[in-house]
Formats: sequence, structure tokens, C-alpha cells
Amino acid sequence: MTDDRSFSLLVSDARVRLLRMHFESRVGHLGGNLSALDILLCAYHRSLKQEDVFVLSKGHAAGALYVTLFTLGLLSDDDLRQFHKDDTLLSGHPPPAGIPTIPFATGSLGHGLSLSAGIALSKKLKGEAGRVVCLTSDGEWNEGSCWEALAFVAAQKLDNLLIIVDANGLQGFGRTSEVFNLEPLAAKFAGYGFDVAEIEGHDHDALCHVLQRQGGVVIARTVKGCGVSFMEDRLEWHYLPMTEEQYHQAVREVERSCEPSSASRS
Amino acid sequence: MRTVFRESLIAEAGRADFVFLTGDLGFMALEPLRDALGPRFINAGVAEQNMVGVAAGLAKAGMRPWAYSIAPFIYARPFEQIRNDVCMHDLPVVLVGNGGGYGYGVMGGTHHAIGDYGALLTLPNLKVFIPAFSDDVQPIVAHLFTETHPAYLRLGLSERPAKFNVPAYAPWRRLLQGDGPCLLVAGPLVGPILGAALDLEPSVRPNIWVLSELPFPDPPPEFLTDVNRCDSLMVVEEHVAAGSVGSSLALYFLAREKSPRRFVHRTALGYVSGRYGSQQFHRRECGLDAESVLTELQRRY
Repeated sequence: MTDDRSFSLLVSDARVRLLRMHFESRVGHLGGNLSALDILLCAYHRSLKQEDVFVLSKGHAAGALYVTLFTLGLLSDDDLRQFHKDDTLLSGHPPPAGIPTIPFATGSLGHGLSLSAGIALSKKLKGEAGRVVCLTSDGEWNEGSCWEALAFVAAQKLDNLLIIVDANGLQGFGRTSEVFNLEPLAAKFAGYGFDVAEIEGHDHDALCHVLQRQGGVVIARTVKGCGVSFMEDRLEWHYLPMTEEQYHQAVREVERSCEPSSASRS
Repeated sequence: MRTVFRESLIAEAGRADFVFLTGDLGFMALEPLRDALGPRFINAGVAEQNMVGVAAGLAKAGMRPWAYSIAPFIYARPFEQIRNDVCMHDLPVVLVGNGGGYGYGVMGGTHHAIGDYGALLTLPNLKVFIPAFSDDVQPIVAHLFTETHPAYLRLGLSERPAKFNVPAYAPWRRLLQGDGPCLLVAGPLVGPILGAALDLEPSVRPNIWVLSELPFPDPPPEFLTDVNRCDSLMVVEEHVAAGSVGSSLALYFLAREKSPRRFVHRTALGYVSGRYGSQQFHRRECGLDAESVLTELQRRY
């Protein structure tokens, strides 16, 4: 079983560490980090191989990426304490250099898929093994450049590029269905000729299964603020930092959810 | 210039790391390059943002990508990709803009690039190359394959005067020596001005210099001597004043307290009459044609 007890504990610990990092730095953007964290942990711990490249196109989930790298020993606890501080490498969005496994500065949406396509194309031209895994947000698909990139990936038959959409249903100032409705997303991707999978994006078994794919598109239906009741599916947690009281409550909820008697989301 | 460009690239086609991307342009021009490169020639479609992002990804993976389009479409449309994906990561992507300045003439303002290098020079790490003549293209292309930083290559129309021997390529070159004032021109605009100046009496001939790289490396002593000798300088370029060679050079002289007493700067002025025409038409409207430039030189000095 993929979602074994130790992995559940790892995920729970990572969620708590993410909350602590954001709390200590008084930084918001938690909603999209919590929706993406399961995807990142499953990718890095259960799927990515040495020759693979991961690109975080939704750069505002940098916190979740930093914590994921921390769980792998690629960043230290001291590193995480520097998040969002002066003289740090751990800026609010990934930096262009200096952190292992982060190839690109992202944060302006609609860039990561083209960058991923370039690396995937290079692998094809060189006959190199491995694939590129690119995590986008759903609001990001408002950007026309995403669709340029998608058409390019299809035209160049880049079947070594796996696109994941963290579809939490909320974007900067409203619901994606209301601001810029792109549903049915799966049909749109399929229309470009992609093999599309739609899964529950916090189900570790399902995630680890689809993340074995070489290419295509995975729409991970996630919950913004996942794991913290007062943040879940709430727009304001795209931005707000936590108060001390909220932080302690959030940690209690996450820790309680991982107690053996609790029902697993998966 | 584009033919020499194509042939210079074909000469490098054997490099396994060379990838050429075009924004769906090159009909009746780039087919031989396409044939030479095979799968490493990518028509990325009319999607310049993606093309530049892909080029950055290729460069990150160790390839040497060149991304080609009409000048405004390669620098303005994907500007954020150039800034974030290419320049922030200091990747050796070569952006090629065909028809810099008013090069696309009566095709209209959407196809002109009169603010290209000024805009691009605000970005970190990027260098600009503006060949003045077709003769310059091959050495610049060869250099760009060794360049470790982002680059913008602004191609134009080569107007080398008949029987004029172009000196070997260098960022700064003196093309004409005379007893007259000092004139600095950026890129291929120098061709027709040089052609007209060659007909002048030696006593009134200007010293004509051409500049082909930005940010410009320190001027050679000979250039500074020419400026000092007549205590004057005229700078002419097919680019707006903001971000221009002239403004950079004025700062250079000011910072060293060596400003010439007379400094004249002729630039692209946009669309003076609101009418459109050939490259020569727009140059005339801006006072960038050979007759206007040389008349101004004689009048001022």
C-alpha cells in the first residue's frame, strides 16, 4: 500500500512544518501551498527519479516545495527559518539559482510549462532518459501562454512531459468557475490529444499511481487550504497570514487528522 | 544580411547542441537551414511567449537555442519570458530580430522595432549585437555560439557602399577618416550615410564610427581622440532616445567630465506625420537619412 503509516506521518509533519514556516515568517499564500503539498510529497518521495526534472509552475506554492525539499534533507531547518526574511534564498517564489532541484524562478504564472517543454524537447533531441513533471495551478490556465505551451507540447509530441493541474477551484479574487471558467478542463486537454486523468488530489494512492505516468495531463482535484478546517475552500487564505491562535488551531487539526483513529483522506 | 545569417548558421549545423526556433517565419529564406538542421529546426508557431520559454528550457538543459522572428515579435511580445526565463537565469539564448528599426517599412508600426534594444538593455545579463553590414554577420554568429549570456541580434538591411572595404568586425570601428567632425552611427544605418560621405571633399569629411555592441565596451582611444579634436560628437541611430546609444554615451562622457562642447543626437521619432512608408521614408521624417545627417553635421560644425 502506497499511503502507509510512515508516509502519512511524513505528510502530516510536512503540513505542520509548512504551517510553522509561514506562521514564523508571517506569510500568507497558505491555501495554494496546502492544496499542492500532497502532490509535491508524492512526486518527490514516490515518483521522481534521478533523471527526472520537476518544475513548479505555480511558484506561489514555493513554501510547499521548500518543505518538500526539507523532508528530503535538501534544505535544513535553519534554511526554512530564513523563509521570506532578508538575505534569504527562500524568497516567496522560487529563486533562479542556489536551491537543489529548483531549476527555474517561477511566480509569474504561465511560464513553467514552456520551460518544461524546453527541457523535455532537449531530452528528446539528445535521446536522454527521464521526463519532466510540471505542476501548474488551475487559475494559471487563464494565461494564454499556457495554451501556447500546451499546443506546442502536443505538436512536438513531448510524451516525456507530465502536466499536473492543482485544481483547487479558487484563484486570486474568486472561484475559477466564476472568474474565468475553463471547465470542462479535461475535455479541453483531451481536445489537444492528451491522455487525461482526473483524480482526488489528496488521495496519496491515486496520486502516486498517476505520477508514474510518463506524459499527459493529470487534473488533481484539490482543496485550497487542505487539512485546516477554517482555511479549506476559502478565498482569503490565498493571501492571509495566520494569527497565533489560528496557527495553534491549524496545527492541532493537522496533528489530530493523523492520529491512528482518524479517517484518512485517502 | 539574412542570407549571410542563414549561411553562417548552416555552417554551424553540425553542432549537436544547436537548436533553431522560428515563430512561423522564414518562408523563401530559411528552408536550407531547416533542411540542414532536421529535427533541431523547430517551427514553434505563432506563439512567441512559448517559443522564448522553450528556448530558456533548452538552454537550461545545455542546448544552444536561437529564437527567430520579426524584431518586434521577438522582443516585445515575449518580454516577460525574456526577463524571467532567459535573463534572470543568465541563459545563453540568442534572440534574433529581423528588420530592426523601421526595417519593415510600409508594413506599418506594428512591424517596427524602434525601442527594442533600449527595452532589452534594462534586463540583466543581456548583450545586443547590431551588425552594420552583411560582412559582420558571420563573425557575430560565430561569437554568439561561444557567448555565455543572453543575446539579442538585431538584423537589418546591409547598405555597404560599392567598393568600400569593410574593416574586420569589432564593436567599435572607424569607417571613414577625415578632417571634419565626429559622427557615431549604430548599426546598418551607417551604410547610406557612409556612402554619401565618401563623395565629400576630404577637408569636410567626417570621421565616421559605427557601433555594433551594447552595452558598449569602453570606446577605443582613437574614438575619444576624434571627439576631443573637434570637441563635438553627433550620434545617429534608428531607435528612440530612451535607452539609446546616444543617451548612454552622454552619460559616459558626463561621468568622466569629458563631454564634448557640442553633442547632437538624432533618433527615431516615431511617426512624425502619422503617415507610413518605406524605411527610407521614416528615416527622412526623423532626419536620419544621409542628406539630413550630413547637412546637420556641416551646419553645426
